[in-house]
Amino acid sequence: MRKYSLLTLFKHAREHHERWPRMWRSPAPKAAYEVVIVGGGGHGLATAYYLAKRHGVTSVAVVEKGWLGGGNTGRNTTIVRSNYLRDDAAHLYEFALKLWENLSRELNFNVMFSPRGVLSLGHSLQEMRDIERRVHANRLNGIDGEMLTAREVQAKVPLLNCSPEARYPVLGASWQPRGGVARHDAVAWGYARAADALGVDLLQHTEVRGIRIENGAAVGVETNRGFIGAGKVACAVAGHSGVLAAMAGLRLPIESRPLQALVSEPLKPCLDTVVMSNAVHCYISQSDKGDLVIGAGADSYNGYGQRGSLPVVEHALQAVCELFPAFSRVRMNRQWGGIVDVCPDACPIIGKTPVDGLYFNCGWGTGGFKATPGSGAVFADTLAHDRPHPLAAPFSLNRFHSGALIDEHGAAGVAH
Amino acid sequence: MLQIHCPYCQGLRSEEEFAYGGEAHIRRPADPGALTDQAWGEYLHFRKNPRGLHRELWQHAAGCRRYFNVLRDTVSYEILKVYPIGEKP
Repeated sequence: MRKYSLLTLFKHAREHHERWPRMWRSPAPKAAYEVVIVGGGGHGLATAYYLAKRHGVTSVAVVEKGWLGGGNTGRNTTIVRSNYLRDDAAHLYEFALKLWENLSRELNFNVMFSPRGVLSLGHSLQEMRDIERRVHANRLNGIDGEMLTAREVQAKVPLLNCSPEARYPVLGASWQPRGGVARHDAVAWGYARAADALGVDLLQHTEVRGIRIENGAAVGVETNRGFIGAGKVACAVAGHSGVLAAMAGLRLPIESRPLQALVSEPLKPCLDTVVMSNAVHCYISQSDKGDLVIGAGADSYNGYGQRGSLPVVEHALQAVCELFPAFSRVRMNRQWGGIVDVCPDACPIIGKTPVDGLYFNCGWGTGGFKATPGSGAVFADTLAHDRPHPLAAPFSLNRFHSGALIDEHGAAGVAH
Repeated sequence: MLQIHCPYCQGLRSEEEFAYGGEAHIRRPADPGALTDQAWGEYLHFRKNPRGLHRELWQHAAGCRRYFNVLRDTVSYEILKVYPIGEKP
C-alpha cells in the first residue's frame, strides 16, 4: 500500500494528480479461501481488515454483488454515537466509538470523523425522564453524556425552535460531545484499501446465489463467477440477511424494510452539531459540503425496494420544519432508501448459526453505521477463534430462544 | 405509497389508513406451556421475510378496523390478492 502523506500529495500535485495508483486490486476469485465474507459494505470490509490485521488470517475474500459500499454504507446519515441504554449495547457501541477516534490514523485514510456532538431532544416530561435515565446509565458505563436545559440547547443550536409556543416544545436534551459524523464512503474505501494491502481479495460484481452445505457445514458459496470454497462463510449483508439465511435453509428474527434519508441543496454553515428527536422523529446534521442530511423513518411494512414510502418522508420534513422554521424553504436535492434488517429488540445478531462454518453479522437495523469498526473487530475475533468475542456474546442468535433480549428501541433513535 | 383495497369498506385507500400486522398465517400454539424454548422463540420472533411474494396481515386501522390478508410482492410492492382472515388461496 502506498502510504498517503503530505509528501505524496505534493508529489502527485506536480503530476496534476494523474498518476495516483488504484486503491485496491480487482483479482480473479481463487478456488477457495479460509474465510469468505459476503457483503462488501463497511461491516464486511472492516471484518476482513481486522481478520488480516489482528488475527493474521489473510486468505480472505470479500464477495460483493454490486460495488463496495454501495448498500447501506453509502445510504445512512453518517451519525456516530454510543449513548445506548443497556450495558451490553453500550459496551459494544462504545468499543466502536473508541475505534472511530483513531480510525483515520489506523487506516492511513481520512474518514473525516468529526466528533461535533449529538443532541437528543426531549419534548415531554416522560421523554425527559427517559433521556435522563439513559444519560445516567451511560455515565455509569464510562460513556460521556450530560443533560442540557432548553436554554442550553438553544445556545448550542441558535436556529432550533425552542419556543414554549411550539407544538411539541423542546424541554431539554441529552448531549454526547464525543459523538458526531463521519464520511460514510471513506469508511468503506479506507477499510477496503487497507484490507487489500494485507492480501484480502475484494471481489466486486460477484453475487452469491447459493451457499453449499455438506454434512451440515458450509463449505463455500455459489456465485455468478463460479463456486468459491470457504473454510468459513461470514455474512454481513444487512437487509438481505434473510435472503442469504434462506439459502442455508435458515430463518432469522429479522424483517427487512426501507429506511429513508434525504439531502438538501448546499447551504452556508448553519448547524454544527447533530440534532435528533425521537418524538417528532427526525435527525439532522450538516455535511462538510453544506447540505443538510436528514434521516427519516423506516416503512412500517416489509420491503426490498430501495426507495421507501412517501408519507415517511413527508413526516420527517414536517418535523424538520417544526424544529427549524428557517429550513422551511430549503429545497431537497435527493431522497433514497436503504434496506435495513430490523430485529425485534433493535439490537444486532453477531456470531454462529445452526449451520457449522456459517456466521452472521446482521440485525443492525436502523443504526449500523456507527458500529462499523466495532462490528468488524468483534466479528473478525469471533471468526478467528470460532467463539463469540466477549462483547458479541450477548448478541447471539440464541437470545431469541432464551428470551434474553436487549431492548434498545429507545436508544436506537428510529421508531419502527 | 401503497393503495390497498379494503375488502370490507370496498374501496382503495392510501396506506396511511392501515396498520401492518406482519407475516400472515402464523398460528398461535395451542399449548404454549408444552413448547420447548426453541419452538416458542421460533413462533415469537422468526419470520420468512422473503424477497418476493409475501402473505401478510393488514388492519384498516383508520377505517373499519378489521383485519385481512394481503399477498404482496416485497420488491415491486404490487398487491396481487386481498383475502379474508381464515382463508389461504
